[in-house]
Amino acid sequence: MTFMGYRRADGRVGTRNYVGILSTVVCANEVAEEIAHRVSGTVPFLHHQGCCQTPVDIARVNNALIGLGCNPNLAAVILVSLGCESTDVGEVARAIAATGKQVKTIVIQEIGGAGRSVAEGSLLAQEMVQQASVLPRTSGEVSDIVLGLKCGSSDTTQGLAANPALGIASDLIVRGGGTSVLGEITEFIGAEHLLIRHARTREIGDKILALVKRIEDRAKAVGCDMRGGQPTGGNIKGGLTTIEEKSLGAIAKAGTAPIEAVYEYGQPPDVKGLVVMDSPGREPEILTGLAAAGCNVIAFTTGRGAPQGFPFVPVIKITGNALTWEKLRDHIDLDVSALMKGTSSFPADGKRIYQEIMEVASGRLTKAEICGYTRAMDIYMVGPVI
Amino acid sequence: MPADAILIKKEDNVATALRDLELEREAVIRLDQDEKIITITEPIPFGHKFAVRKIIKGENILKYGEVIGRATRDIEAGTHAHIQNIESLRGRGDLEKEASAL
Repeated sequence: MTFMGYRRADGRVGTRNYVGILSTVVCANEVAEEIAHRVSGTVPFLHHQGCCQTPVDIARVNNALIGLGCNPNLAAVILVSLGCESTDVGEVARAIAATGKQVKTIVIQEIGGAGRSVAEGSLLAQEMVQQASVLPRTSGEVSDIVLGLKCGSSDTTQGLAANPALGIASDLIVRGGGTSVLGEITEFIGAEHLLIRHARTREIGDKILALVKRIEDRAKAVGCDMRGGQPTGGNIKGGLTTIEEKSLGAIAKAGTAPIEAVYEYGQPPDVKGLVVMDSPGREPEILTGLAAAGCNVIAFTTGRGAPQGFPFVPVIKITGNALTWEKLRDHIDLDVSALMKGTSSFPADGKRIYQEIMEVASGRLTKAEICGYTRAMDIYMVGPVI
Repeated sequence: MPADAILIKKEDNVATALRDLELEREAVIRLDQDEKIITITEPIPFGHKFAVRKIIKGENILKYGEVIGRATRDIEAGTHAHIQNIESLRGRGDLEKEASAL
């Protein structure tokens, strides 16, 4: 099965065709948001980083912004800079422009304030939107799909129904030559021994174990039992008792394909197939990381009803909880709760999810896009604010 | 008969409720094609777990055929198995803090 998408100059295929208004620092968010608000066809990327951080985190901000700007779901990019931040705005602009897409930079301190920046940025954005609006959707292949895997606001239905079904869909993407990105390293804790059995090589398995140790050590360093934070209070109300139980359910969404590579947060894969990317489980940071890695569609299972989407990557919500499907119709795209009752089969529901991914890749809107719940965004930092 | 709960692997000592289970219900537990009956001894909310046999304090809790934690007290068959009687073995900064204080 193929889909219809936007083939970009660098060969990657977008499933959406927005002009991205990317804030390069927390202090430029207001202007970026206002430009995006005034010009239809644009989307903002806002975050809380880019200044007064260690060089390690500044490099993460630069790389995340480059990855986001290069995402094929953006036809063109405007960077909104304050002017005095630590983010290397010039380098970000150059790296995005290297993909062949148009990039313009608005510097608030140089232009002379927010009002003038919004006015100039809006004019630039209008031109970019008009140019993007004539681009046609053309045929894309499964190999052009970069699927992000996510589960959130979890309960025990995920491990029993939605995640194994998503795993089958992910396997179908991988079998078709596509890419599937698994993050949420916290949710490997207690299940990593099963996951590394799928690692293509011993070295890949060791890298996965190192990522798990890094995130578990970071949690333990604060000196308390992480339960309540992971699993969350909501997870516990949903019946998940320990991180081990949550993880064993969470990794099912990766299916059975071999793991081909392991990447740092937001790093775009340079191989096809199933890959692992460092990231925490929280929505703003992982959705941003998946988008920066170049994911053009994200499949997100939820038991209790997570509403989050992302500004320019469609996020498909799948639930195995019949009550959540009934109560949260405006947030959930697909119901696989028949798996809980034993009245449906995993291969059949896995195929349904796969078909939904392809339809959404071709332009079918997700519930998150329709109801405008698309603001889960921030960049995952490892060091302190200083 | 539609099942009230699911046991994922035969070695598991906890089952997951597929509906709210009331006190003294003779719950039908599905394991693949097999069924097993357990009397529920306290209300179990949908999606929560209960012991399918007596679990002794310190024993591993098994779900998916894997260890998901350890019993912090004895858990009788049919009773709610959750944070009040199961602890995690991972992400336990509290234990390391205690160990380093000694």
